[in-house]
Amino acid sequence: MNDGTMTGDQDGGAAQRFDVTMTVNGIERTASCEGRRNLVDFLRHDLHLTGSHVGCEHGVCGACTVLVDDHAVRGCLMLAVQAEGRRVETIEGLSPEDGPLSDLPRLFAEQYALQCGFCTPGILMTLREVIRDTPDAGETELREALSGNLCRCTGYQNIVDAALAALALMRDGGEGA
Amino acid sequence: MAERRYIGQSTPRVEDDALLRGKARFVDDLTAPGVLHAAFLRSPVAHARLLGLDLEEARAIPGVVAILTLADLKDVLTEERLPLQFISKTLPPDITPYVLAKDEMLYVGEPVAVVLADSRATAEDAASIIGIDLEEMTPVGDLRAAVEPDAPPVCSTRAGNVCEAFEVGYADVDAAFREAAHSVRLSMNQHRGGAHPIEGRGILAEPDAGGGLVVRSSTQLAHEARAFLVALLDLDENRLRVVTPDVGGGFGAKFLLYPEEVVASAAALLLGRPVKWIEDRREHFLAAIQERDQLWEIEAACDAEGRLLGVRGSMIHDAGAYVPQGINLAYNAVTAYPGPYVLPAYHMDVRVGMTNKVPTIPVRGAGYPEGTFAMERTLDALAARVGIDRVEIRRRNLVPAESIPYATPLKSRSGAGITYDSGDFPALLDQVLEAIDHAGFEARRAEAARAGRRLGIGVACGIKGTGRGPYESAIVRVGRSGKVTVFTGAMPMGQGLKTAMAQICGDALGLPPDRIEVICGDTGTIPLGIGGFASRQTVVAGSSVARASAAVREKAIRIAAHLLEADGGDIELVDGEARVKGTNVGIDLRAIAASAHGSPGYALPPGVDPGLEASENFMPKGLTYGMGAHAVEVAVDEETGLVTLTRYAVVNDCGRAINPRMVEAQIHGGVVHGIGNALFEYMDYDDQAQPVTTTLADYLMVTAPEVPRIDVRIAEYPSPLNPLGVKGVGEAGCLPVAPAIASAVEDALGVREAAIQRVPLSPPDLIDLLRARAADAA
Amino acid sequence: MKPAPFRYHAPGAFDEALAMMGDLDNAKALAGGQSLMAMLNLRYAMPDHLVDLNGIEALRGISDGPDGIAIGAMTRQRVLERDSLLAMRAPIFAEALRHVGHLQTRNRGTIGGSLCHLDPAAELPVLAMLHDAVLRVRSAARGERSLDMAAFPAFYMTPSLEPDELLVGLSFMPWPEGTRHAFLEVARRHGDFAIVAVGCLVALDGKGAIDRAAIVLGGIGPAPIRLTAGEAMLRGERPGIELFRAVGAEAAGLEAMGDSAYSAGYRQHLAGVLVRRALQRACPSEAGVIS
Ligand code: FES
Ligand code: FES
Repeated sequence: MNDGTMTGDQDGGAAQRFDVTMTVNGIERTASCEGRRNLVDFLRHDLHLTGSHVGCEHGVCGACTVLVDDHAVRGCLMLAVQAEGRRVETIEGLSPEDGPLSDLPRLFAEQYALQCGFCTPGILMTLREVIRDTPDAGETELREALSGNLCRCTGYQNIVDAALAALALMRDGGEGA
Repeated sequence: MAERRYIGQSTPRVEDDALLRGKARFVDDLTAPGVLHAAFLRSPVAHARLLGLDLEEARAIPGVVAILTLADLKDVLTEERLPLQFISKTLPPDITPYVLAKDEMLYVGEPVAVVLADSRATAEDAASIIGIDLEEMTPVGDLRAAVEPDAPPVCSTRAGNVCEAFEVGYADVDAAFREAAHSVRLSMNQHRGGAHPIEGRGILAEPDAGGGLVVRSSTQLAHEARAFLVALLDLDENRLRVVTPDVGGGFGAKFLLYPEEVVASAAALLLGRPVKWIEDRREHFLAAIQERDQLWEIEAACDAEGRLLGVRGSMIHDAGAYVPQGINLAYNAVTAYPGPYVLPAYHMDVRVGMTNKVPTIPVRGAGYPEGTFAMERTLDALAARVGIDRVEIRRRNLVPAESIPYATPLKSRSGAGITYDSGDFPALLDQVLEAIDHAGFEARRAEAARAGRRLGIGVACGIKGTGRGPYESAIVRVGRSGKVTVFTGAMPMGQGLKTAMAQICGDALGLPPDRIEVICGDTGTIPLGIGGFASRQTVVAGSSVARASAAVREKAIRIAAHLLEADGGDIELVDGEARVKGTNVGIDLRAIAASAHGSPGYALPPGVDPGLEASENFMPKGLTYGMGAHAVEVAVDEETGLVTLTRYAVVNDCGRAINPRMVEAQIHGGVVHGIGNALFEYMDYDDQAQPVTTTLADYLMVTAPEVPRIDVRIAEYPSPLNPLGVKGVGEAGCLPVAPAIASAVEDALGVREAAIQRVPLSPPDLIDLLRARAADAA
Repeated sequence: MKPAPFRYHAPGAFDEALAMMGDLDNAKALAGGQSLMAMLNLRYAMPDHLVDLNGIEALRGISDGPDGIAIGAMTRQRVLERDSLLAMRAPIFAEALRHVGHLQTRNRGTIGGSLCHLDPAAELPVLAMLHDAVLRVRSAARGERSLDMAAFPAFYMTPSLEPDELLVGLSFMPWPEGTRHAFLEVARRHGDFAIVAVGCLVALDGKGAIDRAAIVLGGIGPAPIRLTAGEAMLRGERPGIELFRAVGAEAAGLEAMGDSAYSAGYRQHLAGVLVRRALQRACPSEAGVIS
């Protein structure tokens, strides 16, 4: 942020704006936004990647979860400017554009782990880190790891089953996530 | 009749691919050139006279385009108030919400003015500095006090705070008490918070060049919304199109046309620019409907064997500050009370009370959970009094299988009798006991006790009326391209409705569901529609789709027979083709459709009218009732009051499962909603009727660790009331959860007589209960 | 629900950050942001300037030195949870951190942010008090000062920091190897702020008597409370269930705050239960408990 990308006027202007550049799903993207713009709003409304959702804007529901430098974070609790120069992954990057769904989302479909699908992007991104970091997780650990994501539709069971299936697949040498 | 290849199978959901790639389109994913973002100024207090607004400073903020009050919208509105959603002859006329507050504000969060700006943030900046001149009036927060004759009024222009009082009942209940061997009294304080879909409400209203409007709304009722907007905005029906994008859950919160939607639409017309409003979570807490509170006082009588003789009592229902929909919630609750049991005599006095809180309309379950809780607690109390097992008293009172169909003496809101159309209730109870290994429970309890854990088990039943009318629409069309499209006024909010409709249509037309497109909730594609509520859509829309598909099938076969010079009886529809059975002579749907669409100057096949499509609006004769039996095992920490659910089993009758995995998934969601109501979700207000729980950190929705594995078993007792035999399951799962858990908790603690009469049950409540009992014992 | 406008600053060095905190009016430091960002979104906090500390490498890290273990204020909770030095020398950290928020918030949240936010029931202030941590605080104008964790809370959710001061980090002497510990809390849901949280450390002497003990409760008072009377009761005694019960009773006698959801009485009750249980869990064999 100190590398000259700051375009905010220096004194007292109403809106301080920044050109923010980050790598999103492997592609470098730049857009201009206000300093107060949070990361998920930036992704959704400035980069038009509307796959990440907003459910509470106060850090509880997890619908806004994206990966920043491989770690799941709440996109509503991080400013877009704070992601300057970082690697961001969203649901849009999970499966190849014209190919079949990658393992984890495919297992979500197979296990009926989504209904309205509004919470799903956040849950998938959370699970990416969980599956990578705790490949031996059992049901209890998975439920604990999912405690930061609310889902009003599914009751979680099928989500947990999809995650368990992904872990099993990964142990068998698949990609899992 | 077509072969059943897809109905009854867990075919993959057609909705999933887009959702799993982030390519679904929810309302906040949409935008329009020149869009203005709305933020609302809302009442900061529960009751006040609105004297004026100081808008000057707010208007001066760069980016603010307009700030509008009710007076500013006059030119485009025909009415200042919203119409009552359900027609009523008994409710007073001044009971519905204003589009924007006029001169009195009746609840915290009531919309007062709207700011339109180039961004939501700027709109909020402006809204936050509007000066609001008000004179505070006495807020009425406590429901019991509100309905007292001398209570201060919720609204200064209304006569009293009881907007409607009615009685429900049958037979001579006092006589029943005279004969009774035992009786009990219960005083229940039931609370069900809000709906809280993870996606809030939202709307994008776009004016078109011809003075019309396209409204994209996250709603459960596209066609109803259009009807109200047409009336309020005085638009020609053809000038107003309501389209529903993907909807991120509804649960009742979106089954209403709200002031915010009217304001956004009116502002778009007035300013000639698109207007977008996306509800944030705080607004959902303040201004989206809730279900909230019911206070039940009942007395129940039974014979020496524990058979119910009669129940009488009263119920006060919290309507909030306005009645936008009707009194259905209160009505449902008291008529749901008898549930799957034989209740010979019943009388309830109901008062619908007003408070200075956000209005209530049904949340998933719609009053049935409260009625169910009251009945199931009654049975537990009576079992203790009579000295029989809690399961046994249920067995003795369930409507026996041989009495089905069973006409209860009650009527539903529509005036039709409540008749349980199919099922075997005792069988479901037996199955759930087996599912939870009820027989092995005492051994588990003893083993847990050795490790210092107190286990308990609870069983409860509920029955939900589903498939409410009057009708739902469907058009099934084979286009010139040969592609099959189903249009319906039904509204998906996550249930997998499109999949189910595609399965139903697919069976008729011999096409896999993923080759059928289903378009829902778009008033531009189908003229009629009702929407998504009351677990109705698979029943009602499904039946319409089934019939329309059958008609298309029949026509396609007729045309194919003509084109192939074969007998219609020899033709089958397979894989998008009409084939002469046992041959490879066939013709595809595209050619059949082309033939039915005709060519200029040429005749259509004989006896065929133009087009390959059919329209159907199935009208159910009555509600179809699906019974559910639940059993739960809990571990209670009697020192902290924490309850952990260790096992959960459900057997639920869905008539016929169109897609068994989707049915199970609906039940999972319902049960977990019910767990929230039983143990967690509480919408708290202070004594000034200020909401206290306005974030998801304070209002506790259930997360994954609180949920045990739920063993769902589907029972299929086909309904005679619709061609598919289906019953709805969207709400069923949440009905008997709270009473089952309450019963299990009491069982763990050795408490009897249904001492838990208040939900949600919080840990401190449980500690208080134990202390009170210890004090009683001492 | 968007924040009110503020000016965002991203100093790359600590001195720069301190200068900003000294120069700018109504400035707020942004650490992990897992509470502050929510408060900004809700417009509960409306600073004119936001000074982002995330770019300051010097504030991050966990090290072992003569003053004990030192932890930089901007060390993320996720790092604390998985740090091998802490796992060895202060294993109660990993145990308590499981209760801190959720994976996503621990990935961003910092120890300094948590200490300065000072939620009465937060886990990290309990741990800092339990270890008698010394906090280093610095300002551009007056340089550095140290203060004990016990003196850090000024009042409800407010640390004793001047507007121009920033927390540098904390340090503490780890307890001897073999120290028993337990961290317990009652929360309605996994990851919620506790209603009441208890941490305890118990060091035994060679003969099996308690040489030294520390017990801290969160969620009882406006800031974590040290159960000094209970610690004194333990000192020199052999661990045992009766003793632990008595210490629990002491905890239940603490003055407690209450709110509409959880009364003071309920919190006191939990304090008693949790203190007893924490001690039992720390000393399972002595307390006759199968752990
Ligand atoms: S929107 Fe970020 S946690 Fe809910
Ligand atoms: S699938 Fe609807 S909120 Fe999770």
